[in-house]
Amino acid sequence: MTQTQWRRRVFKPVAWLACLTPAAVLVYNGFQGELGANPVETITNTTGIWTLRLIVVGLAITPLRWLSGLNQLINYRRLVGLFAFFYGTLHFLTYFILDHQLEFGGLWDDVVKRPYITAGFTAFVLMIPLAVTSTTGWIRRMGGRKWNLLHRLIYVTALAAVLHYFWKVKLDATYPIYYGIGVAILLGFRVWRNYRPAAASH
Amino acid sequence: MLIKKAADLRESDVTPKETFLRRREFLAVAGSTAVAVATNGLGPVFTGTPAALAQNPAAQKLTNLKKSPFSTDEKLNSYKDITTYNNFYEFGLDKADPGKYAHTLKPKPWSVVVEGQCAKPGTYNIEDIMKYAPLEERIYRLRCVEAWSMVIPWIGYPLSEFLKRFEPTSKAKYVEFKTLVDPRQMPGQTEPALNWPYVEGLRMDEAMHPLTLLGLGLYGEVLPNQNGAPIRLVVPWKYGFKSIKSIVRVRFVETEPLNTWKQQQSSEYGFYANVNPQVDHPRWTQGSERRLGEFFRRKTLMFNGYGDQVASLYAGMDLRKFY
Repeated sequence: MTQTQWRRRVFKPVAWLACLTPAAVLVYNGFQGELGANPVETITNTTGIWTLRLIVVGLAITPLRWLSGLNQLINYRRLVGLFAFFYGTLHFLTYFILDHQLEFGGLWDDVVKRPYITAGFTAFVLMIPLAVTSTTGWIRRMGGRKWNLLHRLIYVTALAAVLHYFWKVKLDATYPIYYGIGVAILLGFRVWRNYRPAAASH
Repeated sequence: MLIKKAADLRESDVTPKETFLRRREFLAVAGSTAVAVATNGLGPVFTGTPAALAQNPAAQKLTNLKKSPFSTDEKLNSYKDITTYNNFYEFGLDKADPGKYAHTLKPKPWSVVVEGQCAKPGTYNIEDIMKYAPLEERIYRLRCVEAWSMVIPWIGYPLSEFLKRFEPTSKAKYVEFKTLVDPRQMPGQTEPALNWPYVEGLRMDEAMHPLTLLGLGLYGEVLPNQNGAPIRLVVPWKYGFKSIKSIVRVRFVETEPLNTWKQQQSSEYGFYANVNPQVDHPRWTQGSERRLGEFFRRKTLMFNGYGDQVASLYAGMDLRKFY
């Protein structure tokens, strides 16, 4: 098989299944009655944390390419990003349907009044244009430059998602801080690469 | 002081245990059958399972329980829900941790030190404490500050029956409670997640209120370790964190005790901690809650629905200030 065939027949399906696994486990555990005493909370927390994890994985792809020289990693970025959006959508819908019963008034009150919801909602909403423009057609229509600029919104989403997590925990902020450090390193790496002294760039 | 009973409940309304057990079996079977028919076996997450009735076969059973007019007739949460979803940081921060790790707690032998402003301080052992008053079953709503709730068939007797024995003096304005500190029995205490020991307190009139229960069991048995064995408070109109677990020390004091969560974050958790849908937690709403076993949220009631009995305790107080 050629490299492209390997990617299409093996690596992409594997990545796709890996990204789908948390959702599959959730559904399986739901049928087994193993989501604990508060299934809604389990669903919310699981979909939320996988959104953040996949955002981090997506943000790691470009630095990994730089570090490893494995340029073909770029072929997986859209897949990871769309799965982040998939989990983010499930996370948002769980909250919007089960907490607010699809009432926009209550949702808006929360968005305005509760900083952790403001942050989470911002993170989610900013992912929508990225998901919409993720197709090859949109990249062509927008042109690479504009498209790249738009897709930097994921940086805002990542920071807002970490804040959302940090403000939500009751006592132990260890994990939100870990994710915060991870996102800071991945974004800092980009800043460093763009603004490093000229001497280092050669 | 006028103590009102719940207006909509009479003694005869409280279903006998045998009947409610059968009712739940019926509901569980009917529920899962209906769901199975409707969705071709869509699973137990949407129903209760008969296994949810299982209790601990090794636990000491408590019998001859008085029924209480204060009990609610709402649907009980399962034994499994009640014993696998606990905030008891002495055993870990995850709500599943206490159910997994609390087996290291030794609720026997157990004694409680009583001290402070009272005529009869001393050390009292749990076997005697269990006999200070007839045991009652009290089916109460429990509302956590995290905006979830359960309905739990507690066993115990009024805290007033316990406290009166020690003859508190006129200087006793508050009563303070402390949980055991022993990292060998409570592995979560090896981490400074909270300032150990866990401390809680009540104003004397709150402590003597007939709704305030000294909890000694649930679902017909002595308390499971993860629910605060062998002795805890149950204060149904306050957020769950007021109902301190595994008590080893009771002290009558003149000034307001500084309770653990208030120490931790006084802008978010106060001394009174009355369930109040009008005063939100700074970060989330207290206007609604998720009753475990239900998918949609329900409205939270003032004083968790016990306002007829307890609102008078706080007459004239600004509950926004004294949250």
